[in-house]
Amino acid sequence: MTRSLDLSARRLLAMARKETLQLKRDYRSLITAFVYPALMIVFFGYVITFDIRDINLAVYDQDGSQRSRELIQAFQAAGYFRVTQRLDRYQDIQPLLDRGAVRLALVIPPGFQRDLSAGRPAAVQALVDGADANTAAIALNYAGGIVTAYSARVLLRASQGSVPVVAQARVWYNETLKSSNMVVPGLIAVIMMVIAAMLTALTVAREWDRGTMEQLAATPVHRVEVILGKLLPYLVIGLIDVIAAVAIGLLLFQVPFRGNPVLLVGLAALFLVGSLGMGIFISAATKTQLLATQVSLLATYIPSLLLSGLIFDLASMPFALRVISLVVPARYFVVVVRGIFLKGVGPEVLWIQGLAMIAFAAIGLTLAVRAFRKEIA
Amino acid sequence: MSPFGMNAVRLRQLLGKEFRQMLRDPRAKPLLFLAPIFQLLVFGYAVTTDVRNTRTFVVDRDRSADSRQLIAALTASGYFRVTGAGERPAELTRALDHGDALLGIEIPRGFSADLAGGRQTSVQLLVDGSTANTANVALGYATRIISRYGLTQGAAAAARAGAGLPAVGVDLRARAWYNPNLESRVYNVPGVIGLIVMLMSLMLTALAVVREREAGTLEQLMVSPLKPLELIAGKTLPAVLVAFMDLILVSAVALLWFGIPFRGSALVLITSSVLYILTGLGVGLLISTISKTQQEAFLSLFLFLFPAMILSGLLFPVENMPPAIQYFTLLDPIRHYLVIVRGIFLRGAGWSILYPQILTLLVMGVGVLTFAATRFRKTIA
Repeated sequence: MTRSLDLSARRLLAMARKETLQLKRDYRSLITAFVYPALMIVFFGYVITFDIRDINLAVYDQDGSQRSRELIQAFQAAGYFRVTQRLDRYQDIQPLLDRGAVRLALVIPPGFQRDLSAGRPAAVQALVDGADANTAAIALNYAGGIVTAYSARVLLRASQGSVPVVAQARVWYNETLKSSNMVVPGLIAVIMMVIAAMLTALTVAREWDRGTMEQLAATPVHRVEVILGKLLPYLVIGLIDVIAAVAIGLLLFQVPFRGNPVLLVGLAALFLVGSLGMGIFISAATKTQLLATQVSLLATYIPSLLLSGLIFDLASMPFALRVISLVVPARYFVVVVRGIFLKGVGPEVLWIQGLAMIAFAAIGLTLAVRAFRKEIA
Repeated sequence: MSPFGMNAVRLRQLLGKEFRQMLRDPRAKPLLFLAPIFQLLVFGYAVTTDVRNTRTFVVDRDRSADSRQLIAALTASGYFRVTGAGERPAELTRALDHGDALLGIEIPRGFSADLAGGRQTSVQLLVDGSTANTANVALGYATRIISRYGLTQGAAAAARAGAGLPAVGVDLRARAWYNPNLESRVYNVPGVIGLIVMLMSLMLTALAVVREREAGTLEQLMVSPLKPLELIAGKTLPAVLVAFMDLILVSAVALLWFGIPFRGSALVLITSSVLYILTGLGVGLLISTISKTQQEAFLSLFLFLFPAMILSGLLFPVENMPPAIQYFTLLDPIRHYLVIVRGIFLRGAGWSILYPQILTLLVMGVGVLTFAATRFRKTIA
């Protein structure tokens, strides 16, 4: 094997052509390459949602007054709650929560109206099913907001004055707080990583499994040419996938796109080169298709899904996991995709992530070339 | 003769062979018993929807005792951590754009004077909605804290001025059951147990059968006097045992390490887990009948497990999914088992509450296993 880096474009393209031909005959890979990513985006885009509506609410109104009915009315009008049960006994609450029939129970004590009219503070009780902590916290926030608003109304009526402090909230980048706006762009990052690694994980291992590695070794092709030639068709596929995924996000999920498309494609290409390089590296290092598939799935799926910030907030994780997340490439690309889609930011913000992408591509390629040994042991 | 015309001696011999084969591989023991614990730890820590220490940028244009008190009220709650402060709104925009802060608070000039004078004042909250869930929860906390602060301050000011503004109107006193501190881990860790048990029962059956097929030893077993049912029992019983040991192991880690409460009955957990593991074995056996190589089996397993995990409600509540998909999730055994484990661990639920899920698993387990066994007999016949 020659040490000099005497690359020929002709040999490289011939290698790319061979890989494309092989890919065209392998329907399983074609499905993985084109159908699977689109399916996953549509599927996950609908399924992954934290949007909470129609929380089942039980009401135990011990006061039965005009004021207590007003408060219940306020809960119904807010649109987050659905009063499904009206109770007459406190003991009825627990079975409902146990069965999961209601998420929240509102208890209005006797004397509620009397206290309010007399200018004394009144308290209502909210019993929440805390098992699912996230949903419970959101439900309590909604309930708290409704009670505060009602409280302000009562105050206004009593004093003809005004509410002391109003919190005026504005949401940026995702004004309606729709989950799909957050999930769909981030998903593009994760799916690209997984697909790229899965597709290429087999390319070298397959040559070993089928014994064609010896034929490849007998040709004058340089290992850099082999790697680049194997990478090129998958890079084209990956970019087509990115564009298709962006189109699905825009057309099906109506995700806003505020940034520069050229920047997105450029950074996506770097990210793909890194992921593909990693796949080839795993493939060359494991040498069997089974092991290559297992390792590449474990190395890409779990970290990209859990430690990329796609779904779970990295800031809430323990220190050790936050440190590990620093070497998860998808973590940086998720920021890029969200930044370009939702925030409309450019290189002035994303340069750190851009550097991470360049580093990832360089490391991926180097690992792939170094792990690929043509000589037959 | 044992039930179903199985021969006890032949079965025992096959079981002996299966166990020896399973444990001979030096990589097997860590894979069978350490990997599940590792998965529980990673998922247990990573899958968190708690909103704590939200990075907050403060633009305090009032610089008064009142404005500082408001900020202190926010940070004292533990939900917010001030990571930056500035003078101009442009700095706030920059912090949000760069992702340095998720929430921005702008307190206007004259905040303190308005409060003292009984005039209405407002505080601007700006939140980065690109992380929708965190943004939603953080915004709710901030709004409540600010409103409560305003009401107490307003009442105090009115009292000082001698005006007749009544004290705080209505206060919401919240109490959370089953998980008083609203920690997402308490809810997620039992769910991860369900995922791990399913993964183990699937892998153990599917890969074990296909490995023999790949090695060509399945044919040797077929020409032996073993009956098909004995062969199936011999292949699945070790898997049941290992999956069950894994269940006990990860449950112990959940209780001792993560401090998850266990309020229900162990008997209900064991019964429903057996049914659940049988369902997993059935699916594993089915996968083995459609796969020629271990690699195909692994990919098919993944194609089943991944959607099953997403639809199970492990990471995303089923109630929030679109109605059509909610019906679809009823086919997912993990979904039913998660209701059971979470019910037993957190709510102390028993038969009377969990019987629909347990019956569903019974039907699924028997159904899938029978179907898989029939197909399996055909493929080896």
